Amino acid sequence: MTTAPSPGLRPEGPPADRTTAVAARATELSKIYGQGETQVVALDRVSVGFRQAEFTAIMGPSGSGKSTLMHCVAGLDTFSSGSVRIGETELGSLKDKQLTKLRRDKIGFIFQAFNLLPTLSALENITLPMDIAGRKPDKEWLDTVIRMVGLSDRLSHRPSQLSGGQQQRVAVARALASRPDIIFGDEPTGNLDSRSGAEVLGFLRNSVRELGQTVVMVTHDPVAAAYADRVIFLADGRIVDEVYGPTADSVLDRMKQFDAKGRTS
Amino acid sequence: MLRTALRNVSAHKARLLMTLLAVMLGVAFVSGTLVFTNSLSEALQKQSAKGFDHVDVAVTPQWKEAEGDKVGAYRELTRELVDDSAAVPGAARAIGTVQGFTAIADKDGKLLGDGFQSQGGNYWGTNDPRYPLVSGRAPKGEGEILIDSESAKRAGYQVGDTVRMSVDGPVIEPVVTGIFTTDDGNVAAGGSLTLFDTASAQKLFGKAGTFDEIAVKAKDGVSETELRAQLEKALPSDVVETTTGTRLADDQAEAIASSMSGLKQGLLVFAGISLFVGTFIIANTFTMLVAQRTKELALMRAVGASRRQVTRSVLVEAFVVGAVAAVAGLVAGVGVGVGLRSLMGTLDAPMPDGPLVISPGTIGSAFAVGILVTMLAAWLPGRRAAKIPPVAAMSAVHATATTKSLVLRNTLGALFSAAGVAVVLAATTMEGSDGQAPMGLGAVLLIIGVFILTPLLSRPLIAAAAPVLRVFGVSGKLARQNSVRNPRRTAATASALMIGLTLITGMTVMAGSLQKSIDKMAASAIEADYMVSMANGHPLSPDVEKKLERAGDVTAVSPMRNAHARIDGETEFVTGVNGATIEKLTEFPVVQGSFEVGGSRVVVDEDTATSYGWKAGSAFTIAYEDGEKQKLTVSGVYQANEMMSGIMVDTASLDPHQSEPADMMVMVKTADGTSDAAKESLEKALGTNPAIRVQDKQDLSNEIAKMFTLILNMVYGLLAMAVVVAVLGVINTLAMSVFERSQEIGMLRAIGLDRRGIKRMVRLESLVISLFGGVLGLGLGVFFGWAAGELVGSRMATYELVLPWARMGLFLLLAAVVGVLAALWPARRAARLNVLQAIKAE
Repeated sequence: MTTAPSPGLRPEGPPADRTTAVAARATELSKIYGQGETQVVALDRVSVGFRQAEFTAIMGPSGSGKSTLMHCVAGLDTFSSGSVRIGETELGSLKDKQLTKLRRDKIGFIFQAFNLLPTLSALENITLPMDIAGRKPDKEWLDTVIRMVGLSDRLSHRPSQLSGGQQQRVAVARALASRPDIIFGDEPTGNLDSRSGAEVLGFLRNSVRELGQTVVMVTHDPVAAAYADRVIFLADGRIVDEVYGPTADSVLDRMKQFDAKGRTS
Repeated sequence: MLRTALRNVSAHKARLLMTLLAVMLGVAFVSGTLVFTNSLSEALQKQSAKGFDHVDVAVTPQWKEAEGDKVGAYRELTRELVDDSAAVPGAARAIGTVQGFTAIADKDGKLLGDGFQSQGGNYWGTNDPRYPLVSGRAPKGEGEILIDSESAKRAGYQVGDTVRMSVDGPVIEPVVTGIFTTDDGNVAAGGSLTLFDTASAQKLFGKAGTFDEIAVKAKDGVSETELRAQLEKALPSDVVETTTGTRLADDQAEAIASSMSGLKQGLLVFAGISLFVGTFIIANTFTMLVAQRTKELALMRAVGASRRQVTRSVLVEAFVVGAVAAVAGLVAGVGVGVGLRSLMGTLDAPMPDGPLVISPGTIGSAFAVGILVTMLAAWLPGRRAAKIPPVAAMSAVHATATTKSLVLRNTLGALFSAAGVAVVLAATTMEGSDGQAPMGLGAVLLIIGVFILTPLLSRPLIAAAAPVLRVFGVSGKLARQNSVRNPRRTAATASALMIGLTLITGMTVMAGSLQKSIDKMAASAIEADYMVSMANGHPLSPDVEKKLERAGDVTAVSPMRNAHARIDGETEFVTGVNGATIEKLTEFPVVQGSFEVGGSRVVVDEDTATSYGWKAGSAFTIAYEDGEKQKLTVSGVYQANEMMSGIMVDTASLDPHQSEPADMMVMVKTADGTSDAAKESLEKALGTNPAIRVQDKQDLSNEIAKMFTLILNMVYGLLAMAVVVAVLGVINTLAMSVFERSQEIGMLRAIGLDRRGIKRMVRLESLVISLFGGVLGLGLGVFFGWAAGELVGSRMATYELVLPWARMGLFLLLAAVVGVLAALWPARRAARLNVLQAIKAE
């Protein structure tokens, strides 16, 4: 089975006006489960960089390793070989305690579901990472973020009093509020209807455009991927393609090709 | 449905573990109690049956009822009657027996064995078939005795040794002329038996010329009933009663069984408390299992299962859990039974040997208790499961406990609590024993009421802890919020602990207050420096008083002499005191007249005066034991206390009419007050008697304190089981919470809360729940302690409430320790949670 990209699918390359500073980078990253016969390679020497103030979507079929790649880069999962850097920090050598601290201070997360603590109000959920760190939130920044996601009049509500879309907006605000180096989203729109999903994706894109945030998102939805600046395609643990300035149609096209290849191979 | 139920049990093994343990502990307590008491009771019965081997028919004296001016008394069994019994054609032999308390000292001068089991008796003739001699010969006269082989071995006595001993006061030092074996139950239970020749025994036990019982043995071929019929004919029926040996053994067996049943019931009450506490855990677990399976159960309903089938499937699960717990509990219970026996053995209370009795009843009770309790506790969750609508199968919402119907619950709880408080308060105004039943009822109502109200109470009480928790940052905040998230579950968990602590605190408050008041009472009325009494509470010989009078430095002595007499055709107990000295030795508040005892002048306490309508100056006629009458005048009315009450008569007036004067106590005042030297000189005056205690007020206080401490410690020990079960409940609840919130915990870990923070969060939640239960328990305990004290205090002038602050602080600390310990495993589990799996799981 070959997964090498065909010449016709070569990426266009980064636009020239983009900054080249990298927020996170994986080099020769491998993740192998089990041993011998039962060995499963989830990631096979993947090298990828996520530039600052760029919105990247990771796509691929189930089992392609897209979630594993994100978890490894975000410091949630361990890897077998290779290296991962967040800013200047090399993750491979960190203990659980240091990793936890790194996640707290440098990374923001948005999950598909169970994103919020039901006992806390919306505002308390947003400031939770700062509370954990024992830091005072930057008031001005917090207001900016809350205004952006349009939650000003919902701050004292409990998650159960908010709609699914509003809950996910709280999660976006929480990820942004601590000004992390990079935000990871794991299918952030997976549980939302298309309108709410579009809102959340809009906020993520705005945060990149207007606030210079770096965002990496795993998704299987071409429409969601179209909000990104760049889409990385994974299959069988390898990066097989990359698209800059994607549209829903172009992403869908690529995916169809992989599917076809997958079936014929 | 049966298959799904069984699958569920095996699928949730880990989550049912705490439930299983809780039920198991309760069942172990119950079956351990039954095994222990049954074994003990059977061993004692075998023992006592052996003791009746020498008796085919027992002849005992008739009780002559009090009549007119004559006090009641036993008829006399004379030597003639013994001979008459022996002369009956069916009798092989007749032995007259005399018994009494006899204390022997070991070689260090300490009392041998437990005072109550130190018996003395007579050795019949030169060859008493009851007591085969191992060595030596029969005793002759007061200077010679036989002792049983067990006691001889324990104290190291041999034939020819001189032994210090005492029957009712004076020390005697006879020589051991022989050692015998016996299957007497008392000896088997660790007591001692000392034998004198018959005449000496009669004299020493104050029964000159008479016997307690005639033991008649039948000739071969003569049945017990035949012999009994012959004896009935030969002996005067108004003097004696006859009983067959079999009947005696049966009566004894019954007496043993009934005394055992008291012990058994006492222990079972505590077992019941543990089981009751256990039901909270069971209910919690099943509620959670049902909540987690909402979708699954709804699916079953959707595909056609009836409500009843759903309930039944939950109950089948409970049945399986209960049955498994019952088996484990029964095994553990047998272990407990064995353990209790050997524990008693090491505590200087040797147990009679015998096989371990595991009766079908014990096995049946273990299963009945285990299964019934579990199913009963699972019944409500089962009903709730049945109410899940089939449509719940389609909804994606993760079912959480509803917060509905707390209004109804709170109303009900408030009603119960109010009724409970009202009844308890009403009971405190009643007189003594009248108030006991209402107080018990009120206590039960209040406990139920508070239990129903705990979900409501949890919010304000836990909110009160917020400032403290804030110190712990996010972990503290989350812990507080988590603990009130499922108020019912928190309430049930805290209630389990509350019950144990309520009882412990209540007992402590009551015991502390009673101890203080008894102490004060003893101190307030007694002016004497020393009180002299028998170590086992038996009466003293008047000889002791005389010896004390002659001791150096003694300024005043008075006995408290027991006597009964007839007044207006009623038997009345009177106390003989030395009229000349009693005023120096006691200090009773005088209500009327003056405290003056002497000649025909007596003092009476308020109650007696009221019941006879006497006042200072009233006169009445008393008929003494020997039938002689005297006209007495009430010189004063005094306020009695628990130690002394009734009519006080001068011993000079009383003594001539008493055949066997006996003193409960002798009070002594010395020139120097209390001092080691004074005490020593008094002890010396009494011949350093091992059976006699010389105590000052402090000794008396210490003794009272010791008694209360002993009782309290026993109660603590028994209630400890309920606390252990409550700890299991806290562990259970936390484990459930961690399991249910694993996604939240995963998210918290992902966004940067470290393992320590997670652990701290779980621990603080545990602490909050435990302290909540602790505070409720302390509050209720103090209230009950106060109320019970009010009830008892109505009869005690010196009663006052004593709040044992230090102890209460300790109990609260105990609750905190419970919280920390219970959180160890759940907190560890929470911290070890795999972040990725936790977030992914659904």
